[in-house]
Amino acid sequence: MNRADLNSHEDRLQLIKSKLKWRYAKENIFRAAGIIAILSALAMLAILFISIIGSGYSAFQQTFIRLDITFDQDVIDPDHKKDPDVLSQADYGGLVRTALGKMFPDISDRREKRDLYSIVSSGAAFQLREMVMEKSGLIGTTQQVWLPADDDVDMYIKGHIQLEAEGSGRIKENTVRWIDNLIEQKSLKKKFNTTFFTGGDSREPELAGIWGAIVGTFYTMIVTLALSFPLGVATAVYLEEFAPKNIWTDIIEVNINNLAAVPSIVFGLLGLAVFLNFFGLPRSAPLVGGLVLTLMTLPTIIIASRASLLAVPPSIRAGALGVGASRMQSVLHHVLPLALPGMLTGTIIGMARALGETAPLLMIGMVAFIVDIPVGVFDKATVLPVQIYLWADSPERAFVERTSATIMVLLAFLLIMNALAVILRKKFERRW
Amino acid sequence: MVMSHDDIFETVGKPLLNDGRIKISCRNVNVYYGEKRAIKDVSVDIAEKEVTSFIGPSGCGKSTFLCCINRMNDTIKDCRFEGNITIDGENIYDRTMDPVLLRARIGMVFQKPNPFPKSIYQNVAYGPRIHGLARNKSELDEIVITSLEKAGLFNEVKDQLDHPGTSLSGGQQQRLCIARAISVQPEIILMDEPCSALDPIATAKIEELIDELRQNYTIIIVTHSMQQAARVSQRTAFFHLGSLVEVDDTNTIFVNPEHRLTQDYITGRYG
Repeated sequence: MNRADLNSHEDRLQLIKSKLKWRYAKENIFRAAGIIAILSALAMLAILFISIIGSGYSAFQQTFIRLDITFDQDVIDPDHKKDPDVLSQADYGGLVRTALGKMFPDISDRREKRDLYSIVSSGAAFQLREMVMEKSGLIGTTQQVWLPADDDVDMYIKGHIQLEAEGSGRIKENTVRWIDNLIEQKSLKKKFNTTFFTGGDSREPELAGIWGAIVGTFYTMIVTLALSFPLGVATAVYLEEFAPKNIWTDIIEVNINNLAAVPSIVFGLLGLAVFLNFFGLPRSAPLVGGLVLTLMTLPTIIIASRASLLAVPPSIRAGALGVGASRMQSVLHHVLPLALPGMLTGTIIGMARALGETAPLLMIGMVAFIVDIPVGVFDKATVLPVQIYLWADSPERAFVERTSATIMVLLAFLLIMNALAVILRKKFERRW
Repeated sequence: MVMSHDDIFETVGKPLLNDGRIKISCRNVNVYYGEKRAIKDVSVDIAEKEVTSFIGPSGCGKSTFLCCINRMNDTIKDCRFEGNITIDGENIYDRTMDPVLLRARIGMVFQKPNPFPKSIYQNVAYGPRIHGLARNKSELDEIVITSLEKAGLFNEVKDQLDHPGTSLSGGQQQRLCIARAISVQPEIILMDEPCSALDPIATAKIEELIDELRQNYTIIIVTHSMQQAARVSQRTAFFHLGSLVEVDDTNTIFVNPEHRLTQDYITGRYG
């Protein structure tokens, strides 16, 4: 069709019509591509959740063994004085061994006895000691006590390890026999794993918990929030509302945007060099972790805060100045309240990022094996992501499910924080 | 006629007043935005308790000039002022003049209604509160009510003073902004195209209000509508390309303008 044909009305319409089909087809292809992209992202997310929940849910239960423990006066308190020092140093492991021996009286071989004693966790002795320390009236009585099973027994019960050819597996034939025996007597069952939520770290998986890491995370986040929110907001307000626009503020802006993209481990190295080596702050402390994460979170908060300040219409500032407010008043009374929801959203998103951060904390020693629950920002502590990193490295099969369970807890925290950001934004969003 | 931005026009008409009615007096005002000269050598007197309107095509500098009077240009980057503006004989660009104090004496109403996203009451109470004009709650209530009454809004909103100011209609919002401006009892009210975002009925109400307010305030209104200038103002100034072309009594400007440009503009031949 040449140009001359286009003169008539019908020809022109015909030409447009012939191209219309292709134009619609293009739109449909574009939409389909978008839907495919979203679906594949959702599929990946589903795979992630399924694999983590699939391998982690079993950590919320733990196998326990019921034993008739005789709190023997002669073993625990031979002097009848109930002296706490004596009580705490008694051989509680012996009580467990005696109880096991009574349960399976026909075992006499020393090696077999050792295998028998190992089906109960080494933490059982601590549990008995705590019972006695709390209530000395138990001495001399016989009690039914549920004690945590060893992690290998636990893993066998949960089906993660099998009985293999002679001596090659983690679990032996005689142990399996005893387990079956215990199940028959209803003396072995799975219960909710409270230790996982209340305990600190441990070399024994059945005694390891995430409470220490949660408390460490809490202190670290408190330090991060207390430092990065006021600093970030003040920086953003100054740069956006008061600073002159010149080469220096341009340089500062470029640097802030740059910092937001710096790999987090670099902040960790900085923290090591400055906070630990120069200022001599304690290693592995939430205070230092919080300081390092503050450095990392600040650019995010500043950028988000500046964006939300910029979104406040200039007419609001003009209105305030017009009735004679000073610049400070116009910012504090009008601009800041309007920009605050956006600032909070940015802060929560920055904090969520900091919550999941591992690398910088490795550099400042928060990767240490810490059993005690921290009680302040100067105590040695670790955080949830680092706990995941530590357990993922452990060889015991039982740590695999605990790693996944910790990831689930961390994801739950992240979900809560991000949901909070969305809710805050929806609630305080204002229209002009 | 070919005109370029370099042209400077001599002001014709009666820019200067020689009676005792002078409230604001501007001499040789020049404003630069960076390299660009936005206001060129403007000298004019504004009479007390009268409405003066600034008219002219878009970009002629009338809003810029208006903002010189309460030093709103201070907040604009790269904006430079030269010349002399006095209010009651006091130089407002003097180093000892505090722009915050100045703006407490000069109310401003903007092109787009811009109530604060707070309650109607808080909108009006904000100015008196930051200046400490009310000693207690009842005094503040009185100021708010009087200001709303003067702005002709009180009867419409008296039952909803705690509703957000942004929930009002456009015309009501603009009258709320006027109430906010007069709540600090200024001497002068500057209005930058206050009706350009409003429908004709709301516009008529604002114009009526301006006519009432002129008994107590000196009012300068920038407007795009020549009919509005003719209706509300006593004196009219015509700006063109940063120059003040002609200033005179509104009647004279609209009936018998001296300058050809003014004549062309008001008869709609250009602009």
